[in-house]
Amino acid sequence: MKQFLTFVKKEFRHVFRDRKTLLMLFGLPIVQIVLFGFALTNEIKNTKIVVCDYAKDIGSQQLIEKLEASSNFEIEKSVLSREQIETAFKEGKIKLAVIFPVNFYNELIHLNKSQVQIIADASDPNTANTLTNFATSIILDYQQQLNVNVTIPYRIQPEMRMLYNPELKGATNFVPGVMALVLMLVCVMMTSVSIVREKERGTMEILLVSPFHPFLVIVSKAVPYLVLSLLNLVIILVLSVFLLDMPINGSVFLLFAESTLLIITALSLGLLISNSTDSQQAAMLISMMGMMLPTMLFTGFMFPLENMPIPLQVISNVVPAKWYYIIVKSIMIKGLGFSAIWKETLILFVMTCILLVISLKKFKIRLA
Amino acid sequence: MRTLKFLLQKEFRQILRNKTLLPMIFALPLVQLLILPLAADYEVKNISISIVDNDHSSYSKELVSKIASSGYFRLADYGNSYQLAFKQLEKDKSDLILEIPQGFEKNIVRENAQKVFIAVNAINGVKANLGGAYLNRILMDYNGELRLKWMQSQRFNMTPNIEIVSSNWFNPFMNYRFFMVPGILVVLVTMVCAYMCALNIVKEKEVGTIEQINVTPIKKYQFILGKLIPFWIMAMVVFSIGLFIVARLIYGIVPLGSIALLYGYLAVYLVALLGLGLLISTYSETQQQAMSVAFFFIMIFMLMSGLFTPIDSMPVWAKGIASCSPVTYFIDVVRMIVLKGSGFKEVRYHFGIIIIFALIFNTWAIINYKKTS
Repeated sequence: MKQFLTFVKKEFRHVFRDRKTLLMLFGLPIVQIVLFGFALTNEIKNTKIVVCDYAKDIGSQQLIEKLEASSNFEIEKSVLSREQIETAFKEGKIKLAVIFPVNFYNELIHLNKSQVQIIADASDPNTANTLTNFATSIILDYQQQLNVNVTIPYRIQPEMRMLYNPELKGATNFVPGVMALVLMLVCVMMTSVSIVREKERGTMEILLVSPFHPFLVIVSKAVPYLVLSLLNLVIILVLSVFLLDMPINGSVFLLFAESTLLIITALSLGLLISNSTDSQQAAMLISMMGMMLPTMLFTGFMFPLENMPIPLQVISNVVPAKWYYIIVKSIMIKGLGFSAIWKETLILFVMTCILLVISLKKFKIRLA
Repeated sequence: MRTLKFLLQKEFRQILRNKTLLPMIFALPLVQLLILPLAADYEVKNISISIVDNDHSSYSKELVSKIASSGYFRLADYGNSYQLAFKQLEKDKSDLILEIPQGFEKNIVRENAQKVFIAVNAINGVKANLGGAYLNRILMDYNGELRLKWMQSQRFNMTPNIEIVSSNWFNPFMNYRFFMVPGILVVLVTMVCAYMCALNIVKEKEVGTIEQINVTPIKKYQFILGKLIPFWIMAMVVFSIGLFIVARLIYGIVPLGSIALLYGYLAVYLVALLGLGLLISTYSETQQQAMSVAFFFIMIFMLMSGLFTPIDSMPVWAKGIASCSPVTYFIDVVRMIVLKGSGFKEVRYHFGIIIIFALIFNTWAIINYKKTS
């Protein structure tokens, strides 16, 4: 035990001496949680659209006012031809064009029928779809205003409640995701690289000939990162509660316990990578290039998992961050207890065990 | 010139000799390009719905079957207890709950109006919004059908009716992959290029071989060019494989605009990016440092670049940060050229900016690179 502590102390010294890495280790999660918590949102706001008003009558004016009032749009009024709209799309200046034909209001009032044309730049289908939906609902709203005096029989009136996130904030979805992403990547990267570095420099030989059990040498390398990651977690949580107004509806203790589990899973993955590679560059390629995008996508906070093809949904099950994301959402936002997340916890636990067993099997006492 | 040739020879030998790294440099990005666009699909479909039917009338059953057959919703469960349905929502088994109250049919016919209750899991705001909107539309549709059943059909429109004609340009089938593949390709090329370049130089520092180069008459610029050119070529190759093999053959994406323009932009972009890698390497002593700094920047570049979430929706200060990242511009340009067929005139502004980036990063790096340690 005393030997182990000595080793852990050595590792802490290593970590604390390398100021630049240490700065990154703490700076990175802080900057990211703040930056992404505020900046990342799937909402579509302040999008530039152009209104081509060929009618210039009361009807089109009233409708344009309604469009202007919406926070989704930033309106530019100019009468463009078809070609001009196309160039504006190609330059990326606008995303949507709304066109009122001549005699819009006249036809609407006298013939009870009129037309509005919406053209969307669908190179981004999601934005195009959403913007078209917004514009359509504003126009329909206007239409209903015109009908206000007529009562319609046989009505079904939907009453909608938004649970957990009534203001539909982006942070509620993204903060748990960024937490999972940051904890996972930082831990895997740091452990794998710091172990491989000793291999690459040749100092590993010296550690391995010491009378201490070789595997514990490696475990002691992971300990500082466990401690630092827990500290990181505290910072992240404080920031997200006080700066981003995130709730922690469930038990904080449970959240910490689950986070520790994820950190241990990530550390074991780091151990495995370091045991199977022998250069820092290779370890880094795997833990960053290989893991950053998959973790980001398969966690499910960017894109809904149920939209993915079945094989990818199966693949997503081996991404530890996915389970952690579910756990964090359940505890922080829904305020559920352990009984709701025991399955996810068990999966993470089993993953950790498997990773540890494999890396133990792969661990060699002799280097060359 | 001859010195540079020898340096290049040395670099290429080192890269080609490394049998573990070389396959990874090519395989990792390409495999990801193959798989990830399939995962990045924002089209909201397969929304799970729990329906609580307290009425069990013919109307409520008609409504349920209309929702189930709409194509947007998957009926997760159908019962008559809100509590049970809410449990499903908590477990993420369903995304929204529709509660049809008792007397639904009777009240519509006799009282002319009836409320139904919808509860949405709004943790993911966009999905909640869209799901709610779809359900609303189906309810309105059904309502219209009901009205037709009870009222005589009208020959003329009694109320003003605005017909909305919408059309989607550049991607009429709304294929999300057309949008994602070019963007993901950019990010992958960026990662390979910036990391490998930064690490390569720092490795020479860490191992100590840089001293040997420093004591030779090799000039600063020769050494730097010797380091940049191999990675520039490698990134070009990765991008070409990605564009011509994966994007074209697998996803059927044929660039609408000029390929020469695309490559022209890529060439400048890579110079800027390699300059950044170089800059990082001059500031770090160990590979671990270089890596964590590179990770920091790449992660911010990637998430702020508009690849996954729209830049327009960000707050003003965040837009400022986004506009400081070269990745933002390249993703924009690739999408413009590939999907919309924009020409040089439309991307000239982006060109100017990326040239400025390239100049700043490289000059800074060359100034900061010292032959003495």
